[in-house]
Amino acid sequence: MKELIPYITLAPLAGFAINGLLGWRFKNKQIAGIIATLAVTVSFVIACGLFSEMMAAEPEHRAVHYKLMDWIAVGNVNVGISYLIDQLSIIFILVITGVGALIHLYSMGYMKGDPGYARFFTYLNLFIVMMLQLVMADNYLLTFLGWEGVGLCSYLLIGFWYEEVKNGDAAKKAFIVNRIGDFGFLVAMGVMLAAFGTLNYAEVASSAASLGAGASVLTVITMMLFLGCTGKSAQIPLFVWLPDAMAGPTPVSALIHAATMVTSGIYLVARSNMLFALSPTTLTVISIVAVCTALLAAIMALFQNDIKKVLAYSTVSQLGFMFLGLGVGAFTAGVFHVLTHAFFKACLFLGSGAVIHAMHHEQDMQKMGGLKKYLPVTFWTFLIATIAIAGIPPFAGFFSKDEILWKAFSQGSPFLWAFGAIAALMTAFYMFRAVYLTFFGKERFDAHHHPPHEVGASMSIPLIVLAVLSMGAGLLGVPEILGGSEKLHHWLEPVLGRGEEIAASSLGSHGEGLEIPLMIVSVVIALIGILIATRYYKQRTTLAQNERKLGGLYKLSYNKFYVDEIYDAAIVQPTYAASNSFLYKVVDVKIIDGIVNGLASTAGVFSSLMRKLQTGLVQNYAVMIVIGIVVLIGYVLIF
Amino acid sequence: MGVLSVLILIPLLSAALLHFAKNDRVAKLFTLVSTLVTFGVSLVAYSQFDAGSSAFQLNEKYEWITAHNLSINYIVGVDGMSLMLVLLTTFLTVIALIGTWNSQSKQIPNLMALILLLQAGMIGVFCSLDLFLFYIFWELILIPMYFIIGIWGGERKMYAAVKFFIYTLAGSLFMLVAIIWLGLEAAKVTGVFTTDLMKLLAVSRSLPLDVQNYLFWAFALSFAIKVPLFPLHTWLPDAHVEAPTIGSVLLAGVLLKMGTYGLIRFNLGLFPQASINNASIVSTLAVIGIIYGALVAIVQTDIKKLIAYSSVTHMGFIVLGIFSMTREGLQGATIQMINHGLSTGMLFMMFGMMYERKHSRQISDYGGVAKITPLFAIFFAIAMLSSVGLPGLNGFVGEYLTLMGAFQSTVLHSWWYSILSSTGVILAAVYLLWMYQRFMLGPVTHESNRSLKDLSTREIVSLVPLVIFMIWIGIRPMNFMNVTASSLNALSDSLTGKTEQPKSDYQMVAPKVIVK
Repeated sequence: MKELIPYITLAPLAGFAINGLLGWRFKNKQIAGIIATLAVTVSFVIACGLFSEMMAAEPEHRAVHYKLMDWIAVGNVNVGISYLIDQLSIIFILVITGVGALIHLYSMGYMKGDPGYARFFTYLNLFIVMMLQLVMADNYLLTFLGWEGVGLCSYLLIGFWYEEVKNGDAAKKAFIVNRIGDFGFLVAMGVMLAAFGTLNYAEVASSAASLGAGASVLTVITMMLFLGCTGKSAQIPLFVWLPDAMAGPTPVSALIHAATMVTSGIYLVARSNMLFALSPTTLTVISIVAVCTALLAAIMALFQNDIKKVLAYSTVSQLGFMFLGLGVGAFTAGVFHVLTHAFFKACLFLGSGAVIHAMHHEQDMQKMGGLKKYLPVTFWTFLIATIAIAGIPPFAGFFSKDEILWKAFSQGSPFLWAFGAIAALMTAFYMFRAVYLTFFGKERFDAHHHPPHEVGASMSIPLIVLAVLSMGAGLLGVPEILGGSEKLHHWLEPVLGRGEEIAASSLGSHGEGLEIPLMIVSVVIALIGILIATRYYKQRTTLAQNERKLGGLYKLSYNKFYVDEIYDAAIVQPTYAASNSFLYKVVDVKIIDGIVNGLASTAGVFSSLMRKLQTGLVQNYAVMIVIGIVVLIGYVLIF
Repeated sequence: MGVLSVLILIPLLSAALLHFAKNDRVAKLFTLVSTLVTFGVSLVAYSQFDAGSSAFQLNEKYEWITAHNLSINYIVGVDGMSLMLVLLTTFLTVIALIGTWNSQSKQIPNLMALILLLQAGMIGVFCSLDLFLFYIFWELILIPMYFIIGIWGGERKMYAAVKFFIYTLAGSLFMLVAIIWLGLEAAKVTGVFTTDLMKLLAVSRSLPLDVQNYLFWAFALSFAIKVPLFPLHTWLPDAHVEAPTIGSVLLAGVLLKMGTYGLIRFNLGLFPQASINNASIVSTLAVIGIIYGALVAIVQTDIKKLIAYSSVTHMGFIVLGIFSMTREGLQGATIQMINHGLSTGMLFMMFGMMYERKHSRQISDYGGVAKITPLFAIFFAIAMLSSVGLPGLNGFVGEYLTLMGAFQSTVLHSWWYSILSSTGVILAAVYLLWMYQRFMLGPVTHESNRSLKDLSTREIVSLVPLVIFMIWIGIRPMNFMNVTASSLNALSDSLTGKTEQPKSDYQMVAPKVIVK
């Protein structure tokens, strides 16, 4: 299988090239979708083959290196397009190509008839290529190539319908906010080079290990990497781009802004687990930022009416959970949640896409209701995914979220656990609120003129597959205490085990014997959230006008704590104003250029003075000569 | 006669022959053929060049102004860095000519002659190994550029042309003084006044440090104006805004690189110790320029001005790389010179194409143009992304290496230069994406724009080679950087003390021709 590794990325690259160069000439538009979907499917099949080969091998012989070609070799920057397929990256590759193929399939139906059909699949294939570079790289620089590449694709796809101003704004915002994070990534690489002279993952990890825990250079590197993660994975303070990113077509939201790209940050931390494990300060920062993000985003999701906005804030919140796991040194738990989240959140987004499709591009849940009978497949898959995200056993979300909460308690602090649990309660509430508002109650739309219609096969198959995975994927990580075998833990142990050990030893462990009670508590909490939602949104339909009565909290939540407005007033506007009215109009034009032109005009003034002497009248010159002679003779005579 | 002299002579002779051109079309076609031949000859030079050696190659030497105590000669030769810049010059002239084929209508033969004269000057600057000869080519460039801006420019063309001329001339005079000073120092040692770079290398490094320092600044001032380095940059926006498209393309594409080339060749080469001592000052100005240029670019409403200020930022990265004196920094700076030539050259050229259709430089006069001219939008997006420094395209390689060079620099010895410069990466996205959005995306804001025509075949022909190189350099940068590696690595190692003999980086293999 090893020789097939390059084709994992070359297949979608070929799809990108074919659709990009020839797509606009296809007579039958559908060909572009078929090519793109096939390309990703080829990648998925190869990845499956690799995976089965790896399973057959001994744990220590599973990692495969593959060098495609040289890239940059200057001084210490010596990196190739070289891949490392190991237990960690293969999981991400499978998710990217597997969920990616499903979403490509779904898009073939969803984007039907769009004038930019071929362009859409061109971008989507490019995204897969870049995302694969990100996770397959054996060095930070190639990961960075993918990192920025997925950012570009995200930009292109958010702004896909570029004729609308708000889409362009959202796309630009996403790119720029991400670039702030990329700045951190760049600096981290610079410090790595200066400190270790290499960008290779394995070499950096071993150099870091030789420095020992708490070294300040490691803190700098990890903090800067985490800054990068806050951008790409939408954590405080850079999460603001993700909700706006929903301006893109819904399959894009599912693939890029839920299942894959936004989890790059988790991948990066897990990949660099040795560095992070050796930087307890950074780990503390991560867990605090993560739990705050999880909570804040959950609050913001409470009363949103745009179905995609609910899911967007939910994604930010769930990413917070993943980072919480990483922050308390439970790297596997974080990766586990990436996996389950990819299934249920992709399912939710695709479900919302089906709803939006059926409702003729209506996204406001206040104008939905009672869709259950029109869209049975969508309803059931959406419900399954909702139960999964709410954390009801034995659905997938329960196991991964509970593992994170347990580690937050045992290796972190009761506070982390408590805040996480509150966020989980809210998650159960707002997700069921969305289900009830959308699928239950009276129809708040005109069903006679535009009856909603269920989606076709290309869209329902992905929904069903993802719903099944949302139910079953939790089995990969059933904790030992429940008689499970923690398959994922054992699988990832060669990559993440050492880092987890180091982190656990520095973080300590407490709360022995509380695992089962806490587990029960978290299930109860999820049920409470569901019950509240049921009471207010199923038994009676509470709509926005009633919610408004909640006052301050509602207002804060609905307006997302005014974070965007604060950023705009505190950073964007002052920067623009200072650049325009001070730097440009005063410093550049008045001072710097003023001096330049001032020097020139001073010279002009002097020369015009001198010019006055050149009158052209011979008498004047004669007088001057006489004066000169007198002065000279006088000088000679006197001195 | 060697290949380098041929490279200089073809455009010079062609410029003279244009005097006999009967009509505009003949003049243009003749010029195109001439530049294509020059490009071909530069490829011949490339094929004869041995990239494995750090020595100057393809050398030629002809006696010029000599007496028993005076030795000023015509000496030309190239190392990897100058060869790449020569290739950039010959390539970009052809591209710019095709891309702006119909953009001017008055005095075409004169315009063509001036462009060829400019090309000869640029090639001469990069090949000269005698400082006096270098100075002549350096000043020669001012004349055609002055006329190109002054005759074919925009509304304030005279202001811009005169400012360009006097500003750069004033800087060069310091360099002239320094060259004479060096020659006299050489005369003290050997008894012969010489401006031969090879001979001066031995002289300059043994001068007292304070003299080295004065001379360093005399050269640096002249080069810094050309780059332009903050705060000597204000001639650039004016010159760009008023220059015709072909002038902007060559100005941004090649002329600015003469400054950074000079910094490497003469400042670092002749005065290594003074360069090390002053690295922090120059780098600080570069960092200020990176951030300042970007912030000022954000608020521009005139697209050409915006691109001009973006040049201040990009050139700042190059200077930072140079004064990091690391292998990464110097090689990154050199590839970034090529990259900036391609990406900014392309931005100016594409905007020129749009200007021919719409005759406005104001961003607010556009909006939603992508819908009307989709092909233009795609090519413009690629140029923009290259300028933003997106990995996978050329701009990233240079920017990244200069930053990483500055991080590791033992000369600068602080991470702050590169940390602050890295914010330029964020700001570049801000000004370029915002410009692109207002220019291209959204609804069509001016109904009159609906009649804008998309790119013609000729325009596509001129843009495709640029795009090919952008992707090529982005993915296979070593194909280009291996050419410059030996000479720059040797220079870097000598500066950072990795090699003991500081002179080993500049050698000449025996000149092919010596005419007495």
